[in-house]
Amino acid sequence: MKFLVGLHINPVVLEALTDEEKAAIGAGHGAFIEALKESGELITTLALVDPSQACVVSVREGGPVVTDGPFLEAKEFLGGFYLVDCEDKERAVALAARIPDAGIAGLGVEVRQVMFSDGPLEA
Amino acid sequence: MRVKGAGPLAGPVRLSASAEGLLRELAPQVLGGLVRRYGQFEGCQDAVQEAVLAAAVRWPAEGVPGNPRGWLATVAARRLVDEMRSDRARRVRESAVAAEAAAEAAGADVRVPGDCDDTLVLLFLCCHPVLSAASRTALTLRAVGGLTTAEIARAFLVPEGTMAARISRAKQRIRAAGSTFALPEGADREERLRVVLQVLYLVFNEGYTASSGGALHRADLAGEAIRLTRMVHAQLPEDGEVCGLLALMLLTHARRGVRTCAAGELVPLAEQDRSRWDRGMVAEGMALAKAALAAPALGPYQVQAAIAATHADAATAAETDWVQVHGLYLVLERIAPNPVVTLNRAVALAEVEGPAAGLALLAGLDGDGRLAGHHRLAAVRAHLLERSGEPGAAYGWYREAARGTASVAEQRYLLGRASRVRPGP
Repeated sequence: MKFLVGLHINPVVLEALTDEEKAAIGAGHGAFIEALKESGELITTLALVDPSQACVVSVREGGPVVTDGPFLEAKEFLGGFYLVDCEDKERAVALAARIPDAGIAGLGVEVRQVMFSDGPLEA
Repeated sequence: MRVKGAGPLAGPVRLSASAEGLLRELAPQVLGGLVRRYGQFEGCQDAVQEAVLAAAVRWPAEGVPGNPRGWLATVAARRLVDEMRSDRARRVRESAVAAEAAAEAAGADVRVPGDCDDTLVLLFLCCHPVLSAASRTALTLRAVGGLTTAEIARAFLVPEGTMAARISRAKQRIRAAGSTFALPEGADREERLRVVLQVLYLVFNEGYTASSGGALHRADLAGEAIRLTRMVHAQLPEDGEVCGLLALMLLTHARRGVRTCAAGELVPLAEQDRSRWDRGMVAEGMALAKAALAAPALGPYQVQAAIAATHADAATAAETDWVQVHGLYLVLERIAPNPVVTLNRAVALAEVEGPAAGLALLAGLDGDGRLAGHHRLAAVRAHLLERSGEPGAAYGWYREAARGTASVAEQRYLLGRASRVRPGP
């Protein structure tokens, strides 16, 4: 079963961490990625730029309209995700619990099953 | 003998379908023989894989050899010896292996009785209890089914690297568990056979899960599961559950052409054009289902096959013997208690006694934690409410069920039902 583990982050929360805590997050993600690769459960993982760098595209009267900034203004936003293929939801939850963000109040680790996927997965 | 970078379909001449089928049948037998002799699952598998690639390249040009199994065994054994020669630590074993390989090559023309048993042992090994269900499935398709890692990755829609890591880890775990290449004994054998059947049924059902884009590749999985179950049935003709599972697969697969419409939407059993079911497959499935019921012990696959056979026996949905279907679900509930079985029985009961009786049975499932929030409960409730003439309530439950499913086709179907019963503004 495929699950998207979304990492909802809050820059204010991240900035309040000590350097050691920040380094531990980086190292924790690194170890998590290695473990997932070895078990054959990692499909891919991505981190996204700050939402201030996003733009929203709409088509009005046949022409594209581009607005700078995110679609939703919020304190928390999607910072990245892990796409995993694992046994069941229980396993996906157990994996999510190993992500360093899950141990930090104010950051959200969200597990959602994939309903449809297509396209080449090797990039 | 190294063939690198050549897929089975590479080269100027393609392998004929019959030769490809032959390779798939022989590869696990050759692998089983090698593992039995040398005991190293991983090295043997690489060797057999290279032999298969060599065959795929050379047979189209040179013709299929008179003794294809011996040809593969010889090439694979040589390849294994090459590999062991390159490993200094194994120098001592070299001469013994070379002698074995020579003996293998010399005796290659003789088809040893028990070759198919090797395939069965291999299947049992791939379904080892230390592995997760996903790993058992992947390893079974790779080692026994003879699919390439790329093909398995495509079928399950994961990157090839992900699948390669999963298969490699599965082999390591089997080795770490200290498994020997032999059928488990006594009660262990019986238990392992149940796991084997579960894996085969999982592969079969995976072929029917339309939750991902590659629907075409997934249909092949159902065919592969049937092929492997046929092989197990040929080895264990007395086992009623093996027979029952094969019957269940055939009776289900016979409907594959009409279970979705051209637009890819699900067509429920009651609305399928039964004249377009695969009649040959139905006949074979019916005969097997009957044979399975004659076995001394009754298991869940035999009963499910009997239910599928009862449906297949009805020329139209209206002619379905629902009393029998309901009775069989009662038996299934007794031998394999499970809320999903009760859910299915509710559908049959509604056909026999009316929707109110079905709904009353569903009410008893509300407290079952195993089914809490399961979309099938909402879907069946919606269906029975619709039949009771309560479109408003049915509408709400169809929508609830649509929210809960992870299948796009099923969601489309449920939303379609919802809009059919939608109350006026």
